[in-house]
Amino acid sequence: MARHIVADAGEIPPGGRKLVTIRGREIGVFNQGGEYFALLNRCPHQGAELCKGTLIGLATSTGPGNFELTRHGEMLKCPWHGWEYEIRTGQSWCDPNDIKARAYPVTVEHGATLVKGPYVAETFQVEIEQDYVVIEV
Amino acid sequence: MTPEDGRTLVAEAPANASRSKLKLIDCDVHHALRSSKDLYPYMATRWHDHIAQFGRRRPVPFLASSPYPKTAPALSRTDSWPPNGGPPGSDLAFLQEQLLDRYNIEYGMLHLLTSGMDERNQDLGNALCCAINDWQYEHWTQKDKRLKAAIVVPGEDAVAAVKEIERWAGNPDFCQISIVTHSIEPLGRRRYWPIYEAAQAHNLPIGLHSSGTNGHAVTSAGWCSYYVEEQHNVALSQQNLAISLVCEGVFERFPALKAVIVEAGFVWVPAVCWRLDQHWARMRGEVPHLTKKPSEYFRSNLWYSSQPADEPENPQDLRQVIEWLGWDRLMFATDYPHWDMDNPEHAFKFRMTEAEQQQVFAGNARAVYGLA
Ligand code: FES
Repeated sequence: MARHIVADAGEIPPGGRKLVTIRGREIGVFNQGGEYFALLNRCPHQGAELCKGTLIGLATSTGPGNFELTRHGEMLKCPWHGWEYEIRTGQSWCDPNDIKARAYPVTVEHGATLVKGPYVAETFQVEIEQDYVVIEV
Repeated sequence: MTPEDGRTLVAEAPANASRSKLKLIDCDVHHALRSSKDLYPYMATRWHDHIAQFGRRRPVPFLASSPYPKTAPALSRTDSWPPNGGPPGSDLAFLQEQLLDRYNIEYGMLHLLTSGMDERNQDLGNALCCAINDWQYEHWTQKDKRLKAAIVVPGEDAVAAVKEIERWAGNPDFCQISIVTHSIEPLGRRRYWPIYEAAQAHNLPIGLHSSGTNGHAVTSAGWCSYYVEEQHNVALSQQNLAISLVCEGVFERFPALKAVIVEAGFVWVPAVCWRLDQHWARMRGEVPHLTKKPSEYFRSNLWYSSQPADEPENPQDLRQVIEWLGWDRLMFATDYPHWDMDNPEHAFKFRMTEAEQQQVFAGNARAVYGLA
């Protein structure tokens, strides 16, 4: 496990995302209303680039004839067969126990903390007074 | 810090190279017209004027919609829209990158979802089919030798269809004949037999990809409400078609005719065969022209493309179904760029032996289409 600085805080706007490559792994970093989440860019179904999918809400119903759209922007829909994943956990909606997209912990750290290490940021100029998005891989 | 380690990151990750060493034959690739005007250079001016003034006349029930399942715009993967514009499948370079190069595809069998066969004005339908074939030849098969086209024919007018088959037969860029499956009558009926006769004579399989519209619902009980139903019912309509070809005696009359059912799945085949054989045993006297059990025609004259491969809870169950179907019947297809595309690396969730892989991913199609 190592921690990687992947963006300046503010670089990814709310509702936005950034695709990064860490140790050969493509990972999508999402800003959902100020909170950050990271998922492997690979759908566990048939391997599509999941993080290029559309962010949607969740359509639910308590019975025929009514429906509700909730959790706006919290679900990631795969660009291929449309399976829906929670960006928060990577859990799939169709089969939450068995099918999960790989999720990584994300934190926002202050530059002053980061310069102390032990983060992977060797050649990256960390400004003490700035915040950064850090993910653990 | 290396690019791998965070900071110097690119927004776009590099394209994945193919991980498959096996060269594949993909039996269902969808190229597309950027606009119907792409066909104009191949049509007499008379038709440009006609289309401008009268438009096309197709028996389409949903005016501002489509009777086909479409869970995504243009039925397509949302990542398949070409960066240079146009609908998915319309840009050769992007199709090469996303499909042919990415998955190590030796041959891709093209199925255009536009045809002139369901145009009511038969002369216009004929002109459209001819133009489509010229366009396929010039813009696709001549530009990438991996792509093989189907001769699109106005199948409701068998005389014109045979003429069009004869215009291309022997041209190695065309490997099969395409007729729409939502036809005016079940495709086993004799009005379509001249097409089968020509197909057999030229050793060209008939490619039956669900397509076209005849004004009828694909279910026998009318229009269903949801695409999720339609998605399944389209496959049922392909079963009806296969049953019609068998029961009308098409393969008795044309024993060397090959027909490929495309994009209808395949797990239904064994069950249909069991049931038909049972009916045949009791009602054989009604169809004495069938000298063999119906299942035997399914085994000798019909092939099935794999996509969408079913995903049973226990992946091994699919192996059992393929045993029933026959390993020599199944031909891999992606259906690129459509949203329900199968990725060759993940479509089958059970392990095939090398010999089985060889058959399903290339060998069967190579034999059916006579590819080198
Ligand atoms: S590859 Fe993502 S849903 Fe199938």
